[in-house]
Amino acid sequence: MVRFLNLTLAGITSGAVFAAVALALVLIWRSTRVVNFAQGGMLMFTTFLAWSVIDAGGSYWLALGAALASGLVLGAVVERVVVRPVEDKPPLNAVIVTLGLLVLLQAAAGMIWGDTPHSYPPAFTIRGLSAGGTRLLLSPFDLFVIGAVAAVMVLLTLLFVRTDLGLRLRASAFAPEIARLQGVRVGRMLTLGWALAALVGSLAGVLIAPSVFVGPAQFDAMLVFGFTAAVIGGLDSPAGAVTGGLLLGCALSYVSGYLGSELVALGALAALITVLMIRPNGLFAASTGRRV
Amino acid sequence: MTAPVRSALRRSTLTRHAACAALALAALYALTTAAAPYRDLQIAQAAYLTCAVAGLTVLTGLGGQISLGHGAFMAVGAYTAALVIGHWGWPLAAVLPAAAGATAAAGAVVGAVAARLHGPYLAGATLAFAVGLPGLANYEPLTGVLGGQNGLTIVPPVPPAALGEAFPLERWQAWICCLGAVVTLFLLANLTRGRFGRTLRASRDDEIAAALSGVRVARLRIAATVVSAACAGLAGGLLAVVATLAAPGAFPLTLSLQLIAAIVIGGLGSLPGAVWGALILVYVPTWAADLSSSSGLSHDIASNLPLAIYGLVLIVVTLAFPRGVQGGLRDLGGAVRRRARGRRDRAPGPRAPAPSDTSGPTTTHPGGADEATPDEAGARPDDRGDAGGRGERLRR
Repeated sequence: MVRFLNLTLAGITSGAVFAAVALALVLIWRSTRVVNFAQGGMLMFTTFLAWSVIDAGGSYWLALGAALASGLVLGAVVERVVVRPVEDKPPLNAVIVTLGLLVLLQAAAGMIWGDTPHSYPPAFTIRGLSAGGTRLLLSPFDLFVIGAVAAVMVLLTLLFVRTDLGLRLRASAFAPEIARLQGVRVGRMLTLGWALAALVGSLAGVLIAPSVFVGPAQFDAMLVFGFTAAVIGGLDSPAGAVTGGLLLGCALSYVSGYLGSELVALGALAALITVLMIRPNGLFAASTGRRV
Repeated sequence: MTAPVRSALRRSTLTRHAACAALALAALYALTTAAAPYRDLQIAQAAYLTCAVAGLTVLTGLGGQISLGHGAFMAVGAYTAALVIGHWGWPLAAVLPAAAGATAAAGAVVGAVAARLHGPYLAGATLAFAVGLPGLANYEPLTGVLGGQNGLTIVPPVPPAALGEAFPLERWQAWICCLGAVVTLFLLANLTRGRFGRTLRASRDDEIAAALSGVRVARLRIAATVVSAACAGLAGGLLAVVATLAAPGAFPLTLSLQLIAAIVIGGLGSLPGAVWGALILVYVPTWAADLSSSSGLSHDIASNLPLAIYGLVLIVVTLAFPRGVQGGLRDLGGAVRRRARGRRDRAPGPRAPAPSDTSGPTTTHPGGADEATPDEAGARPDDRGDAGGRGERLRR
């Protein structure tokens, strides 16, 4: 029972990070209908920048700020330079451009920082808390991870639902033609959407860095699991991304704990197939009538 | 070419494809015998990648189903080949069909699961497949059979004694792979020119209209996945024979992603495009590696430069030639032909260029075999991939 509880706690922690990556993918998918395969590469790059700040003697919080700020800039630049030309092209072209970007970012990181992974310090201790004499697989740092992701979710929700800017962002994503007629600068909104998504992704990178280390290829799994979580939730739904992330985190934690860590990726496949067999468009997809 | 031969070629697709295949085999024979062993190995790589890319072209280019999991299919083929050779010692002529067959069976299972899925949902499922399947080799109960992280080694194929003592192994491997590639392309070219290809394109362009005209879309998609998986399995088997190894490290996620990149760079939905794509996959990184090793850069930069160039090529080609190399060549050929025609109309004097010169690129480039695929259709494979509905595609 303690083991199950511990696996669940570990699953929630990793699930929170998956949820953040999934949320980044969903934000981009909703606004531009592009699956951003470069997401893993982008968050790897911003985490490397944060690592450089720490390496140069900066504090954890300064590094976190650097990661978030660079994420914001990187997302905007990527949308303007490489994604905009393919947005009205066949979807596969967008897939290839983002894949090319992923390769390019990995190569650039290897050139600048070398191929060997570096360790990244956590903000708080990673020694597990104890409750009633048993040590739990939940550390103060894990609580920080969960709290940080939750805070970002709340802030984003407030931004999208409560502010004028959020309304314009949503309008640009859902009805760009009408939004333009109403005077919304849709292109600018799409750039901002990418920037926000990249910011969420860069947060996920910094949060997961202490456990996977920082290297050019260390974050590949993040993309796969984040994408899986987003698809489980239904690509159009931010709430689905969070739910999918937590579900996937727990499922993978059980697979890893009870069956073996080699099967984690297959476990993700099994979870994905199970959900998609029941609901082919994900858990939170709005049911749409079939148009003939 | 005499008139009866020409008319026979025009009348029968099968004859035309067979003639193309024979020509390709002759050209490859000349190429491989002239090349050094190292170059032969590259030709072999390009050849087995051509099999996989051509198979993916059928599924994604013609069927509109995105698969990011073809690297995993190649792994199935490679392990099948390794197991068959290791346990029963079959000859290659039986091993490779066995690899294709076992992978086709795997494709049937995946296809049955994936037939309901679209666009990014399918991409997500196949992505997880590509990442998850090679992990099986490291799974404790299976390491005894599959060899764990180190994989299974394969006895390299011995060139027949008739070819002489000094015949290089690499050239023999290149011959095997080239034969596999030509046979694959020949079969796929005939398949896609027929009813199968037509209904597949129809279901890609408008699933509901195709279903209303009696196409059983789900069954068709499963068939496309099976065909495509069989090609990837053959490619995997050939890879195992060339590398004399089947190991999980040979099938990383990047392999699957490279295959999908190859079909787009080559030209979506065109089999000649698949050849271009495979050639780019093999030669761009090699060329970049040569470049970086000869320019005396630091280790970190030199080792990553090929990757960087590869990424740049992916982005630039996609932005500059949205319809791939094959589409670009066709445009170029069309422009040259129009230009020639215009000039001829304007000045029908001695300044007119010989028409046979200028129309050369379009009549001799390998696009001739696949003209049934209209470029416009090939350029927009799966507009309804996004689940949200077609209305949302209008933007900006």
